[in-house]
Amino acid sequence: MNRDDFPMLKQDIIYLDNGATSLKPQVVIDKMQEYYEKYSANAHRGDYDISYKVDMEYENARDLVTEFINAKSKEEVVFTSGATDSLNMIATGFFAGLVEAGDEILITATEHASNVLPWFRLANTHGCLVNFIPLDDNLHLTIDNLKKSISPRTKIIALAQITNVVGDVRPIKEIVRIAHENNIFVVVDAAQSIGHMKVDVQDLDVDFLAFSAHKMLGPTGTGVLYGKKELLENLDPINLGGGMNDSFDSPSEIYLKELPTRLEAGTPNIAGVIGLGAAIEYINKIGRDKIREREIQLREYLIDKLIKIPHIDIINLEADSGIVTFNVEGVFSQDVAYYLNKYNICVRAGNHCAKLTKNVTGVTNTLRISLYFYNTETEIDELVELLSDKEKIVSEMI
Amino acid sequence: MDHYNNPRNRRNVLDKTYLKANTRNTNCIDNLDIYMKIEDNIIKDIAFTGEACAISISSASIMTTNLKDKSVSAALNYINNMDNMLNDKDYDPDVLKEAVVYVDNKNTSRKTCCWLPYQGAKDILESTKK
Repeated sequence: MNRDDFPMLKQDIIYLDNGATSLKPQVVIDKMQEYYEKYSANAHRGDYDISYKVDMEYENARDLVTEFINAKSKEEVVFTSGATDSLNMIATGFFAGLVEAGDEILITATEHASNVLPWFRLANTHGCLVNFIPLDDNLHLTIDNLKKSISPRTKIIALAQITNVVGDVRPIKEIVRIAHENNIFVVVDAAQSIGHMKVDVQDLDVDFLAFSAHKMLGPTGTGVLYGKKELLENLDPINLGGGMNDSFDSPSEIYLKELPTRLEAGTPNIAGVIGLGAAIEYINKIGRDKIREREIQLREYLIDKLIKIPHIDIINLEADSGIVTFNVEGVFSQDVAYYLNKYNICVRAGNHCAKLTKNVTGVTNTLRISLYFYNTETEIDELVELLSDKEKIVSEMI
Repeated sequence: MDHYNNPRNRRNVLDKTYLKANTRNTNCIDNLDIYMKIEDNIIKDIAFTGEACAISISSASIMTTNLKDKSVSAALNYINNMDNMLNDKDYDPDVLKEAVVYVDNKNTSRKTCCWLPYQGAKDILESTKK
């Protein structure tokens, strides 16, 4: 659906790597170009019309995000360079000042590198322990396993809402309820979920949430850090500089601005933030329920066909998202991706930045198809036809 | 293709007298170990193991076949020719023999797949000069 809105789809390609980044609709591109062509001034600076326009558009995008995730107030919405930046700010800016040696951080083996390495660093610098919640046979996180993994020393639970290789949707609301009963903070990596399902931070009651604009039809280099206001108040800015300070006279006299500006040092990615706002308006117009419904429909269509091909091993048969991970028996995943590329089909091969996943799947690398609402049954048919002929794959993969 | 389906010299080497280098591509998942037994400045034996795509495996198979029994300097000359071929510089196709087929990969993302085993061999050979 809505294929005409995406300039990239006018090319002869079948794009099935939406988990890596999504395509951008024309309205997002236009909105960003308009900034560069019509009011390309800095934010929060000048007393002239076009600079005022920048402020209005930039803060309008913040209002759109606030409403989109149902934050209590716009002070809880900080613009960053992406989910990675947000997660590092949370780990280093907030938790580094809170954890003590021996504290435990719970994650899973299917987290993306960006939700592993900041915690590993905290473990190295502060003597905390990073423990892994065991996953079930489908590589899903169960409430039972979560409960068993919690100890009196558990301080943080950091999880993806939808994992990027297995594609399972975590029951975040229940996880948060259990965590809070045990005085544990919950950090959610929403990079894979935000553009694909409704995310309501107040309903979920998460403490922190991170996502990137580019996986939800927006531009690269822009993202969001959400935090409950009382927590963000205690998040030390990693970057100090222009825009975020109120006044300074000496090292002992530095006064910072209020939230959220306090956490946005330097000239921000103005076009990116405004583009993210346009992406949100576009998604709202379609409706997130409708997007999710369409993705599940496409996934079922794809799985029904793939499962009939004897030389295809599907790694994540059970998952409630548009992510399908598989291998062609006896063929290296990258070679299959290269073969599909010859037919202008874009899929991802490798470990998908989730390098610990291999420890639980026993499979070092896989092919991943990640669908979005603009994909079609016809595209899936073409893909499946190419995958069903193993001799053709092997003879054409070089 | 034959070198992918039936790679030559692909075996694990436990003999500690062999020199070993790990070579991998940080942007993808190819990961190879190259082993060499060098005596009197001659590559007496060469092998590789690891997990990688068809291009890397076949490239390693052809490379190891061609480097066996070569002197260290002849081997470096061979590797240098491959480097030149992949980077649009002058090279001698007679030196490279069947490895010239990889000329088709020089402008694609698979250039690094083809070069991967060569980097490992080069690392080993250069370490012997020190």
